[in-house]
Amino acid sequence: MSASDNAPIIEMVDIRKQFGPVIALNGVSFDVRPGECHCLLGDNGAGKSTFIKTMAGVHKPTSGEIRFLGQPMSFASPRDSMEAGIATVYQDLAMIPLMSVARNFWMGREPQRRVGPLRFMDMKQANEVTMAEMRRMGINLREPGQAVGTLSGGERQTVAIARAVYFGAKVLILDEPTSALGVRQTANVLATIDKVRKNGIGVVFITHNVRHALAVGDRFTVLNRGRTLGTAVRGQITPEELQDLMAGGQELAALEGSLGGTV
Amino acid sequence: MTDERLQQVSKFRRALIRPELGATAGAILVFGFFLVIAGNSGMFALQGIENWTVVSAQFAVIAVGACLLMIAGEFDLSVGSMIGFAGTIIAILSVQLGWPVWLAIISSFAICIAIGALNGFLVIRTGLPSFIVTLASLYILRGLTIWLSIRTTRQTIIGGVKEAAAGDWLAPVFGGKILTGLFTWMGQHGWIATFAQGPKAGQPVVAGVSMLVVWALALIVFGHVLLTRTKFGNWIFAAGGDAQAARYVGVPVNRVKVLMFMFTAFCACVFATCQVMEFGSAAADRGLLKEFEAIICVVIGGALLTGGYGSVIGAALGALIFGVVQQGLFFSGAESSLFRVFLGTILILAVILNTYIRRMITGER
Ligand SMILES: Nc1ncnc2c1ncn2[C@@H]1O[C@H](COP(=O)(O)OP(=O)(O)OP(=O)(O)O)[C@@H](O)[C@H]1O
Ligand SMILES: [Mg+2]
Repeated sequence: MSASDNAPIIEMVDIRKQFGPVIALNGVSFDVRPGECHCLLGDNGAGKSTFIKTMAGVHKPTSGEIRFLGQPMSFASPRDSMEAGIATVYQDLAMIPLMSVARNFWMGREPQRRVGPLRFMDMKQANEVTMAEMRRMGINLREPGQAVGTLSGGERQTVAIARAVYFGAKVLILDEPTSALGVRQTANVLATIDKVRKNGIGVVFITHNVRHALAVGDRFTVLNRGRTLGTAVRGQITPEELQDLMAGGQELAALEGSLGGTV
Repeated sequence: MTDERLQQVSKFRRALIRPELGATAGAILVFGFFLVIAGNSGMFALQGIENWTVVSAQFAVIAVGACLLMIAGEFDLSVGSMIGFAGTIIAILSVQLGWPVWLAIISSFAICIAIGALNGFLVIRTGLPSFIVTLASLYILRGLTIWLSIRTTRQTIIGGVKEAAAGDWLAPVFGGKILTGLFTWMGQHGWIATFAQGPKAGQPVVAGVSMLVVWALALIVFGHVLLTRTKFGNWIFAAGGDAQAARYVGVPVNRVKVLMFMFTAFCACVFATCQVMEFGSAAADRGLLKEFEAIICVVIGGALLTGGYGSVIGAALGALIFGVVQQGLFFSGAESSLFRVFLGTILILAVILNTYIRRMITGER
């Protein structure tokens, strides 16, 4: 891979974000390269969600620079960043359980077909593409008309991811996609992340769970109270070190003693 | 992922498990019931059929509007008042002020659609439940209608529209009948009953198909195609299913909702205009409780009260059930109180069945 191939898609430099008196982010730097999975770890309230929301155009940083494909960039709205190729799958997924998988998949970007002066939604194309994309992600739908409400949590995550990938995401941000899932479902979502990464998309994977991060991550950045504690590359860090970093070290070491190493 | 647990679903079952199943079953039940108890009362003779078809069509016209609005996640309780208001405006403009009837009709539509937009705008801007906002419009519009009517004519009923509408080009679009030639021809060949005596001797007992019925069918087809076959229809579902999720992916939720309020107002105005043209008069108290009846039709038709789910065909079947029960009551000459019991029973059975089916389709728990 040449150097230019590996240039970051998006670079966040020294980002600060203040909500009134609350300093949510206090100088965070972070970048994502094509085809990598960059994990963002940190305890509750560390600022992870705030950070990716600045990346996704939901929040404007108080200071700091965002560079997209090398150019300084300022996203005015989530729509802007989406257009640029930054897709975010929030924890609530932006899926409507009452609607079918195909209708959800295409929501906001419905394919159309002209009949004379009229334009109809091209259900045939919508259904076929949805079925094919879901199959690529390893999910065999009964039918494209199946309601999202009938899918499991992991399958819903996968629909949201497949949708982002199909619509040309260059960066895919996943905010705690595995937090509510069981073992099998988690494995499926991690496998999906792996597939997405192999397509050359940069994945930002937020999690509390060190084992989930180590399973797919190429790089790991730990946030603590709005600051970066550093970025580690796969193979240069042990699960224990990562776990320590996340909890700020000492307290967890003490806890671990009393819990007998189960955390 | 779960494919090994997938059960092969039979074609028949899949065809059956649809949002309209409750309403279809209800319609079959109602028809069966009246065939048995009122089969030879004339209810299913040509005139009888015309009678309940027209009444069902009235319900259908407002049910289509209420259905799309409910799927978009909102209610309009001002539909009934809007019907009285629209009719009174037409009568005042044409009879009192002497405007041509077509201009009075178009003006009434414009005013009503603007009021619909205002309803929608208030709901969006204030974030209040549409239930409250349109409840206010219900009172405001009804009061305004009575005041306007008394102010201009000292009465709450304004007659003389039929005379004013003679020769007008737009009035027959609401008050006329089509296929009259076909019905006359069928009468001449003895295929349908004709009047035996009187001034109309020799003419068929039913002159043709009312424009109201044509409007109802056109609105049902339009609503159904819009909802299920277009991008905008997908937005209607999305706006009612989860407005925030829809906004995330760029669906213009506010625009969709306001447009649906305007469409509901349009439907109310179609109802009112047809009624005014048929009766030749407007009355300030017309349309009482219609908003309520429209919502019942929609709910019998399988729509979810909280939005995001429903069917125009279902709502139309709900309207048919409503019309047939109301007129069947009259034909069978039975105790009318018992039919309320019957209607209530159909309502609750259809809704229970609908809830059950919806859970099967959408995986709600
Ligand atoms: N809109 C806001 N207004 C004020 N304070 C905010 C806002 N959003 C976040 N914060 C604060 O910023 C800090 C970081 O929150 P954030 O949601 O980014 O944490 P997180 O790392 O995602 O935590 P979790 O793991 O629990 O999701 C918290 O102290 C939070 O209270
Ligand atoms: Mg968070």
